Amino acid sequence: MTKKRTVFLRVIVSVLLVCFALYFLQKLLMPKYVTGIVEGAFVAEYYEEENKDFDVIFVGDCEVYENFSPVVLWEKYGINSYIRGSAEQYIWQSYYLLEDSLRYHVPQAVVFNIQSLQFNESQNEAYNRMSIEGMEWSKSKIGAINASMTEEEHFLDYVFPILRYHSRWNELTEDDFKYMFHSPKVSYNGYFMRVDTRPVETVPEGNALADYSFGDKAWEYLDKMRELCEENGIQLILVKAPSVYPTWYEQYEQQVEDYASKYDLPYYNFLELTEEAGIDYSTDTYDAGLHMNINGAEKLAEYFGRILSEEYGIIDRRGNQELDDIWAENIKEYENEIDRQCEYYQVDKNTLYRYRESDK
Amino acid sequence: MLFTSYEFIGFIFALAILYYVFPKKLQWMLLLLFSYLFYWIANPIYLIYIAVTTVTIWGCGRMIERNFATQSEYLKANKESLTKEEKKAYKNSKKSARGRWLLLGVLVNLGILAVVKYTDFIVGIFTGKGLGFMDLAVPMGISFYTFQAIGYLIDVKRGTVKAEKNLFKFALFVSFFPQLVQGPISRFGDLSQTLYAEHRFDWTNVSYGIERIMWGFFKKLIIADRVAPAVNVLISDVSVYHGAYAFVGMVLYTLELYADFTGGIDVTIGVAQMLGIRVTENFNRPYFSTSLKEYWRRWHITMCQWFREFVFYPVSTSKAIQGLAKFSRKHFGDNIGKKLPVYVSTFVVWFATGIWHGASWNFIVWGLLNWLILMVSEELEPLYDKFHGKFRFSNTIGYRIFMGLRTLLLICVLNMFDCYVSVSETFHAFLTMFTSANYSIFTTGELLNLGVSALDYIILLCGVLVMLIVSMVQVKGSVRDQIAAKPYPVRFVIWFALFLVILLVGAYGIGYDSSQFIYNRF
Repeated sequence: MTKKRTVFLRVIVSVLLVCFALYFLQKLLMPKYVTGIVEGAFVAEYYEEENKDFDVIFVGDCEVYENFSPVVLWEKYGINSYIRGSAEQYIWQSYYLLEDSLRYHVPQAVVFNIQSLQFNESQNEAYNRMSIEGMEWSKSKIGAINASMTEEEHFLDYVFPILRYHSRWNELTEDDFKYMFHSPKVSYNGYFMRVDTRPVETVPEGNALADYSFGDKAWEYLDKMRELCEENGIQLILVKAPSVYPTWYEQYEQQVEDYASKYDLPYYNFLELTEEAGIDYSTDTYDAGLHMNINGAEKLAEYFGRILSEEYGIIDRRGNQELDDIWAENIKEYENEIDRQCEYYQVDKNTLYRYRESDK
Repeated sequence: MLFTSYEFIGFIFALAILYYVFPKKLQWMLLLLFSYLFYWIANPIYLIYIAVTTVTIWGCGRMIERNFATQSEYLKANKESLTKEEKKAYKNSKKSARGRWLLLGVLVNLGILAVVKYTDFIVGIFTGKGLGFMDLAVPMGISFYTFQAIGYLIDVKRGTVKAEKNLFKFALFVSFFPQLVQGPISRFGDLSQTLYAEHRFDWTNVSYGIERIMWGFFKKLIIADRVAPAVNVLISDVSVYHGAYAFVGMVLYTLELYADFTGGIDVTIGVAQMLGIRVTENFNRPYFSTSLKEYWRRWHITMCQWFREFVFYPVSTSKAIQGLAKFSRKHFGDNIGKKLPVYVSTFVVWFATGIWHGASWNFIVWGLLNWLILMVSEELEPLYDKFHGKFRFSNTIGYRIFMGLRTLLLICVLNMFDCYVSVSETFHAFLTMFTSANYSIFTTGELLNLGVSALDYIILLCGVLVMLIVSMVQVKGSVRDQIAAKPYPVRFVIWFALFLVILLVGAYGIGYDSSQFIYNRF
């Protein structure tokens, strides 16, 4: 009996020790995305939101998380919104992130940026990781993994990320220890802020493609997204952000327009609405037209927010005490970040659109 | 399914659970099912080849067994009535019939092996270019299971083992998945003792098996797969990587081959042991050998035994060789008359060993060079003995280390035939070691441009040191027995440390090319 108990104790203690050590190591070895490539942290940050009752959810790649400012949507129109985007987020990942969000709340509208329709297969494991790793475990995450994995990837590596990051032990930095169990927020309701400016000087000519048709898988997930929205009574809005490159071909545009018209979906190509939105490519982009800086993102939010509230009846939630408190805190953090970045990039805060009252 | 893949770990984990949950009588059937599943996952077409081998060898074995039984019954029944000459004539006729069944089994199976593995090579000899597509048809592990099955048939014919009555049990012997792809080449008499037995869950077996598997993973993932990118670069183009590079490539390949092949066999033996099955050891610290002859007693032991038992002895006792012995004794004297048959028989063995490894001149020349060195060493043996008798230092540890390093260097040189695409390129690469004045690469950091970083080299060095220490500890007896004798906390720390090292330092996953085991292709 004593021997049996000893063996039992040994097994229990050994298993606990192994599990603890592996958990600890996994936490240590996983990338923290707090500095440098912070985009990898966006997806996980959503779950930290105490109140997930968002009225508008944006899904898509960098063309949403860098081009629309949810703070402005709240400030100007009382729209409670969140961006569920990550770097080069493929349409199937957007679909599963939307499905995942529906576990918590049903928004009034979903805004999907159609740039990712050009991809029919995942192009890069690193982007898959950034989109999927932050998701909480659910049917949606499993779907996202299965839909996204490249040939070199393995499902088990997502279940036990230590298997993927096992060799990071020689790249560990202070951040890895500091943010092992909790990382600071790096986005503002999913928005990635940049205050610096690099104007558009030339727009690269797009190369001619052999085939401009979107792939079957891309269409399949757009259909699924549309159907999911229909089933839940959500207004799906298609947008194309005003990024001047990668080239948005005429043939791409035609296919989206045809689809939108076929299913009676609203579609806004902001490349054609830059004047109305007030986008100035000499002041509103930080990387020569690929993404908007804070000026562009705020202008776009201001313009699109009006459409959302006037044409789609997205309600003004200002006055809701809980949300007012949450957003007050969000705005404070947003402005602190503006200050931090202005200092870092040597930008005069007063030159930013947000603080130029004369422009509004 | 690569031995170091997640799928394989899951596969053996699932098998181990079912194996000990299943009724013991059905354990061997489960093994057969999993073995065929393993082969089916590799390529369903391969099942046809292994099934043909199984059925033909089993059928021939049964016919030989029946022949023995008939002979025995007939002789028993006619004990009194037959004269000695009649008995002898009857026995000879039966023996010939058995020989024909053996020949049939051997020819069919060597025929399959020859067609799938050597057609390309033979066509290439005559036409200058191979058929190409034949390479794709070579079923996984065909050299191993064909030799194992033929070995069984010869043993049955010799009467050293009884033919297996149950076709499915025999199918398991041929297809037992842990040893299917890279050996060892088991003898039926050894493997069948535990393969079909009923096994209770035994913690010692399971833990020893897991330890052995982890040790195999250590060798494969820490050493073999980490050094492989550098080896692949170094042997890719001898016009770029010559001289000192060729030397480094030769040494690193020898290291890779050892870690890869012995690591794979460790996994094989470990998996079998988890299931309570005893598989013959295939290595005995081969790189500690002080001569090539000793090396071939300690490296790929089961293959060497196979060639000794089933090629050397039959050839050396054949009528042709005996005739040659007689002829040479008569014409060249006793000394040559005694040696010539041995040299001819060993020539056949080494030619066969070479061609068994692969259908290329490289392997044939490699085999014949081994033969030449072994024969020259044999001839010089009296001189060595004189030398050792005269000089005292020949008994010192220092001298033994020198002999070991000399042998290792010789093995490294012979292994070069496995690296380069042709015999001429191999000789060219070897000669550049003496003609290219580029040994400065050891100090200029150019070895860091081979896909292996400084950290990788440090890990390799540590890995090699661990292997060396383990090999030295092995001299005192089983390392696992020594670990088992330690208190539990010490054992736990050793196991967990090994597991963590494999997990964190192993060259697996994205960013690393998962290399197939080298011996899978033979």
